[in-house]
Amino acid sequence: MLFSKSHRVLPGFGLSLGFTLTYLALIVLVPLSSVFIKTSGMDFARFVEVVTSPRVVASYKLTFGASLLAALINSVFGLILAWALVRYTFPGRKLIDALVDLPFALPTAVAGISLTALYAPNGWLGQFLEPLGIKIAFGPAGVLVALIFIGLPFVVRTVQPVLEDLDVEYEEAAASLGASRFQTLSRVTIPALFPALLTGFSLAFARAVGEYGSVIFIAGNLPMVSEITPLLIITRLEEFDYQGATAIASVMLIFSFVLLLIVNWLQGWTSKRSGKGE
Amino acid sequence: MSIAVHNIHKSFGAIKVLNGVSLDFPKGELVALLGPSGCGKTTLLRIIAGLERADEGQIILSGTDASDKDVRERHVGFVFQHYALFRHMTVFENIAFGLRVRPQSQRPSEREISGRVLKLLDLVQLGWIKNRYPAQLSGGQRQRIALARALAVEPQVLLLDEPFGALDAKVRKELRRWLRRLHDELHISSIFVTHDQEEALEVADRVVLMNRGTIEQVGSPRQIYREPSTAFAYSFLGSVNEFRGKIEAHGVRVGTDLLPHVTTGFRAGDDVLGYARPYDIEINPGDANAAGVAAKVNRILEAGVMARVELVANGPYRPAKLDYFEAELTAADLADLKLTVGQPVRITTRRLQLYSGVDRSVEV
Repeated sequence: MLFSKSHRVLPGFGLSLGFTLTYLALIVLVPLSSVFIKTSGMDFARFVEVVTSPRVVASYKLTFGASLLAALINSVFGLILAWALVRYTFPGRKLIDALVDLPFALPTAVAGISLTALYAPNGWLGQFLEPLGIKIAFGPAGVLVALIFIGLPFVVRTVQPVLEDLDVEYEEAAASLGASRFQTLSRVTIPALFPALLTGFSLAFARAVGEYGSVIFIAGNLPMVSEITPLLIITRLEEFDYQGATAIASVMLIFSFVLLLIVNWLQGWTSKRSGKGE
Repeated sequence: MSIAVHNIHKSFGAIKVLNGVSLDFPKGELVALLGPSGCGKTTLLRIIAGLERADEGQIILSGTDASDKDVRERHVGFVFQHYALFRHMTVFENIAFGLRVRPQSQRPSEREISGRVLKLLDLVQLGWIKNRYPAQLSGGQRQRIALARALAVEPQVLLLDEPFGALDAKVRKELRRWLRRLHDELHISSIFVTHDQEEALEVADRVVLMNRGTIEQVGSPRQIYREPSTAFAYSFLGSVNEFRGKIEAHGVRVGTDLLPHVTTGFRAGDDVLGYARPYDIEINPGDANAAGVAAKVNRILEAGVMARVELVANGPYRPAKLDYFEAELTAADLADLKLTVGQPVRITTRRLQLYSGVDRSVEV
């Protein structure tokens, strides 16, 4: 029963629940619902037309595709980075540890501009990649690079504390039972880190989906090719097409929500498997 | 499998943990490595397992030098103090782990694995929890599963690092008895590390007493307890009363008092350290001029089968510090003595173990 009265050590359950709900409503639910209210002003046929126009669909694909890919790449390399930071001591470790947080702190526009300067055809890295036929800036690959950049700290910072708590004993136990290094990693260490990795993944993904500032500089923003959904929404707003903007936004919102719900469910499932769900 | 270690040295940074340890562990025995924390016993066990490398010295397993072998190749079963069960695997999968990670050619079939795991679960009497996760088990159950997991790969040696250290007193006692019974059934050479002398004396065939990276004494529990060869051994195995003084013709001069004792084997004037167990202390009330160390009754503790009397020395024995003595006697004897708190008495000893020198290897 949700509201059954039971004795608790700390009083104030009712108060804190009321506060939480009010706060959540004011900060999150009201602004979000206004998106749907505004959208509901347009008739259904028009709504479908707006949200399924080829340019909008292409932007969905790019935004969600690049975000998922970036989050996956971040999961792999974020794990390796966290591993190196936790398990080894080397000169400059503290410095690298601090550097990891930089994408959190940097204004995203700064990140976008510097990445563009690096990867543009005449940039530091771009000038070497260009002759090889690799085009990063002003294309979908640029979007991916920017999203990897801003998502990295999420994975590192969620995996790191769990890895710190993970005793070396587990690996020693696996080795004493005859497991090779690879078997120890794949059967013991990674599964133990999996719930944290999943959290890091979903945070990096959520951040990437909503990212705007850094992407628009490097993407080139060609309709149908490298135009992300948030940019499209801004474009609609600049054209004073508020309903069009909220229509696209509401679809994005639902998509994101469903994806995060799936990740959450996965998380619940893995933590129950490890016996912590009791 | 027989185990031998030769002249093992190990340091962690500037700290010397093991200082030339040599030992033979005969086949099929249950041996306890006993010592206070920091004596190097766990490090020695980990070196035998291959989880740690010695700086110097050899590990001989079944007659062959295994010093450079990896833990994977040593075929030892290792049981950790905090179980180290894989949290994301069921009890069944934990035990099966060692079989499943074998190379394809040596891996038993799924049916064989299942059969072996269920047999081990029977052995540790936990067949009914095979589908649970470690987090759902009690500490004692977890340690038994950890043991079953180590046994699944049919190791030639079983190494246990403080196996009962994280358990409460009652479960500890149960598991000790159970480990002894298991060893009698399997006859697998086993070494376990403990800082609990009662545990070592109760469970082991042989006890290796360690202190500060060296071996103090090796022997049967009886030998270790009855014939401690060093002052450290005596003081570590049970409570002791300590008397420090100089040898005289008819006893030991402790401060101004004379503690009567046969002093053969020592020269007059030698500095000695005398140890006596609480049940070997005699309390003589009344005559203030009788022989023995002068003391006052401080507390009388009558709870328990044996009554205990705490005494505090009032002689100039160690001026800077009060000296406490503990005597253990039957309730009937206590009643006969008619002691009161604060009463001056004289202490003598029924049995006194003398060690020469004042330099002591350990603080009691």
